[in-house]
Amino acid sequence: MTQVKSTMAGTVFTVNVAEGEEVTAGQVVIVLESMKMEIPVEAEVAGKVTSINVQVSDFVNEEDVLLTIEA
Amino acid sequence: MDKILVANRGEIALRIIRTCQRLGIGTVAVYSEADSDMPFVKEADEAFLLGPAQVQQSYLQADVIIDIALQNGVDAIHPGYGLLSENAEFVRKVQQAGIAFIGPDADTIDQMGDKIGSRVTMQAAGVPVVPGTDEGIASLDEAVQAAQDIGYPVMLKASAGGGGIGMVRCEDEQALGQHFQSVKSRAKAYFGDDVVFLEKFIADARHIEVQVFGDHAGNVVHLFERNCSVQRRNQKVIEESPSPHLPQEAKDRLYQAAVDAAKAVAYKNAGTVEFIVDNNNDIYFLEMNTRLQVEHPVTEQVTGYDLVEWQIEVAKGNELPVKSQAAITSTGHAIEFRIYAEDPVKFMPSPGAITKLDWGDTTGVRIDSGYVEGGKVTPFYDPLISKVIVHAPTRSEAIERSKAFLSQVGVVGLKTNIPFFDKFLASEDFLAGDYSTAVLATWFEKQKGETIK
Repeated sequence: MTQVKSTMAGTVFTVNVAEGEEVTAGQVVIVLESMKMEIPVEAEVAGKVTSINVQVSDFVNEEDVLLTIEA
Repeated sequence: MDKILVANRGEIALRIIRTCQRLGIGTVAVYSEADSDMPFVKEADEAFLLGPAQVQQSYLQADVIIDIALQNGVDAIHPGYGLLSENAEFVRKVQQAGIAFIGPDADTIDQMGDKIGSRVTMQAAGVPVVPGTDEGIASLDEAVQAAQDIGYPVMLKASAGGGGIGMVRCEDEQALGQHFQSVKSRAKAYFGDDVVFLEKFIADARHIEVQVFGDHAGNVVHLFERNCSVQRRNQKVIEESPSPHLPQEAKDRLYQAAVDAAKAVAYKNAGTVEFIVDNNNDIYFLEMNTRLQVEHPVTEQVTGYDLVEWQIEVAKGNELPVKSQAAITSTGHAIEFRIYAEDPVKFMPSPGAITKLDWGDTTGVRIDSGYVEGGKVTPFYDPLISKVIVHAPTRSEAIERSKAFLSQVGVVGLKTNIPFFDKFLASEDFLAGDYSTAVLATWFEKQKGETIK
């Protein structure tokens, strides 16, 4: 189980994947908006998205777990 | 005009408040919960809390801001830049409340905010525009067809977009296919309008803009140009005036086109006409910004005028403080550096507390800062901490002074892009001055493997 964490404080702009979806390493799974910039968050590993903890317009802090991937 | 409400935050709010103080005009600040300790809140005569940190719940609360103005005897509202500054609906509401808006008319903002519409208006006025589509593009098929006619690379842009958001450069049909829907949906999300269009991407171009000013009597003047070519993600980091290596003949064409553009829409107050200049010095209208810009101090330093004071005069219904173009002159060379809370290598935002902020010796340097030591840069707003503007008799002297100044600034607590400036100012690309908007990308390629400390 790999946790995808927020790289910085910001607002969730898009969630690009759904639970159960297969993702590849390096795929942009979530886009945050922070300080008027779009910050892409990538999956570090390939696998299946097992849970998504956030939805669009949620505010997240650095290191918050956004979603989990089972390799 | 006895009292002005500043509907903004940070360095621009403070900068407007200082001009009001000098002119003996009272000031009202509005702020979010995240900004209660900011210098602009403390320095205003009165200050009112708008709401939580998020801009939708604070700085974009148009009705709350107008209510505060009405209840506190405010004569005019200055919107700064960003936030509500180019929101025509806000302008109409302010004026309906019997309060002056310090900026252009709502109709002009609408007209220029629609990038497709402004292209058409400018063509009709004889101002050259970048080759592109003069209508919105509904489908990918249409986009592919139009891009073939225009020729790759193309810029795919949101008609309502701005500030570098909602535009993507596409090298070929595959890239266009990949980005078409996402630019449309981003345009919808950010600007509430998903109309997109295409423009030819002009390689090795310089981004040069002309400051213009108009009044209710129909006077229009320009205050020379700013070179805005050092950009990352289509957002500017360094601006300078005058533009290095641009022949006087090309400058004269830019000034004429900018004044023609402003006259075509009976422009009132401060505005900026943005152009792309290619390596043949051919000029193309890009867009008009209907507000005071982040980089306006560069123009203030070379012309000696206070543009906020001019804005207030025009908003009062007075004619321009200087109506004769010949009387407006530019002296020396000015460079503005935007000090951002960001990683100096990847340019990623780095919010945090500023535990130490020591500018050192500020002789001959103008600092427009939104923050002081002990302040906190939160993730809710843009990462701009301060602007540093250096003015000297020549460009090389301005660069030398900038290097000496920036190298002795001490910031602790968060990352800033000052180390980037320290390195970039020594680069031949910048020193030569003959650089395009690609200068940073090119420079980064050369830097690979090196560390910026």
